[in-house]
Amino acid sequence: MDLILPDFGLLFWTGLVFIILMFILTKFIWKPILSSVNARSEKIAEALEMAEKTKAEMKSLQAANENLLKEARAERDAIVKDAKETATKMVEDAKTAAKVESEKVVSAARQTIASEKAAAIAELKTQVASFSIEIAEKIVRTELSSDAKQKALAEKMAGDINLN
Amino acid sequence: MALKNRINYVFITLLAIFSFSTVMANTPEAGHEEGKKEEKFNVGEMIMHHIKDAHEWHLWGGHHNSTSIYLPVILIDGGLKTFSSSNFYHGTPASSIDHKTHKSVDYMVGVGPAADYAMFHEKIYKLEGGELQFEDGHPHNVKPLDFSVTKNVLSLVFGALLILIVMSSVARFYKKNGAVAPRGLAKFIEPLILMVRDDVAKSNIDKHKYHKYVPYLLTIFFFIFFNNLLGLVPIIPGGANLTGNITVTFFLAVCTLLVTVFSGNKNYWGHIFATPGVPLALLPIMIPIEVVGILTKPFALMVRLFANITAGHIIVLALISIIFLNKSAAWGALSVPMALFISVLELLVAFLQAYLFAMLSALFIGAAVEEAHH
Repeated sequence: MDLILPDFGLLFWTGLVFIILMFILTKFIWKPILSSVNARSEKIAEALEMAEKTKAEMKSLQAANENLLKEARAERDAIVKDAKETATKMVEDAKTAAKVESEKVVSAARQTIASEKAAAIAELKTQVASFSIEIAEKIVRTELSSDAKQKALAEKMAGDINLN
Repeated sequence: MALKNRINYVFITLLAIFSFSTVMANTPEAGHEEGKKEEKFNVGEMIMHHIKDAHEWHLWGGHHNSTSIYLPVILIDGGLKTFSSSNFYHGTPASSIDHKTHKSVDYMVGVGPAADYAMFHEKIYKLEGGELQFEDGHPHNVKPLDFSVTKNVLSLVFGALLILIVMSSVARFYKKNGAVAPRGLAKFIEPLILMVRDDVAKSNIDKHKYHKYVPYLLTIFFFIFFNNLLGLVPIIPGGANLTGNITVTFFLAVCTLLVTVFSGNKNYWGHIFATPGVPLALLPIMIPIEVVGILTKPFALMVRLFANITAGHIIVLALISIIFLNKSAAWGALSVPMALFISVLELLVAFLQAYLFAMLSALFIGAAVEEAHH
């Protein structure tokens, strides 16, 4: 029965020890421990927040970098495009210039050829004329080698004049 | 891993040996009986002797060649009287005839400074006509106020010192290192502190008010936890059934009751003396029920801790007693593994009961400080 009956002496000692224990623990132990644990969790929370902030900053920085890169790329593309265009134009220009030049040369050559030809023709004509005259002279000389032939020619010519 | 295994092995071996030696130490009858006659080993008496408080700390040995630490007896009986309890244990054996059952009852009469007193079942009585007057197995003599440093008191002081040493070393760690991750002992204790703060206090008590109760809950948790564990250590200074003593659990329950009652706000008392939504005519029935309810909650705390810890001690001792009942060490092959299993289970119970006591205390306090929410 005394197993389940409180004993006054033990109750007194339990109370005394427990109250002293609680006083010392509360004042000198729990408070410092809890406050450092709290300080630490605050520190951790702060660090986490900082990390989050840094992360966001990094993200924005990255985005800016990306933008910069994009711009640079676009600029580069534009420059390359320009250069290409210029090059093409230059080539084109060169081509046209060459064409024009060649045409000029060809036409000049053609003119020369034509004038040479004309000169040659004229030369030929004069030659032919002189040959013709020589031939005609020779012919006339043979025609008019005798009196009879002279007379016959005169008559014929006279007949032609009459007819006209 | 190998080291861990070795530690486990050593621990298990020690536990087995200690369990054995506790029973030896707590079997004052064993040697006595063998010397006298082939009387049966009284398991019930041995167990009851162990789980109750005592004025000596029995170390080893039988009745006549036993080694004990005799603790001081402090009586208030017309002035302060202090003397060693050996004056009772090595006193004069006496016997009286019970007035009702007419059977002879044995007890010890003190010698020297304890001459006016007698001890029966670890209780001290003032002699009346030179003897104790028994009626139905209980002495009817006057009991002087007994403030003796008993086995439980010594264990209590040791437990308190152990808590202080451990906790101050943890506190020093934080003082020295500031807000850093815990190392060493702090690494082990901190999760427990945080568990009590967060899972016990914060989750049961209003979040604006819980700070006030954290020190109390921490103290009660570690007090019960450390003393439960000490109770499982079979050699001095452990092995006393402190948290399985009704006086101790009674005191702890009263603490929770007082904290609850003095924290109770208007809303709490309103629910007890004028439960909202209950017709006025029912209040004469409701109020006594609610008032009893205030008391039953800590009463359940008291009985739960007492019964769990005492039951653990009883089971371990009963299992070890198998050896002595059969008078053969071979039975140890059965009883030691079973006792070991229960001892390991008791480690869990030691934690669980401390947690439950703190948890339920927090729950009751939480209910007392809860604001009305309608």
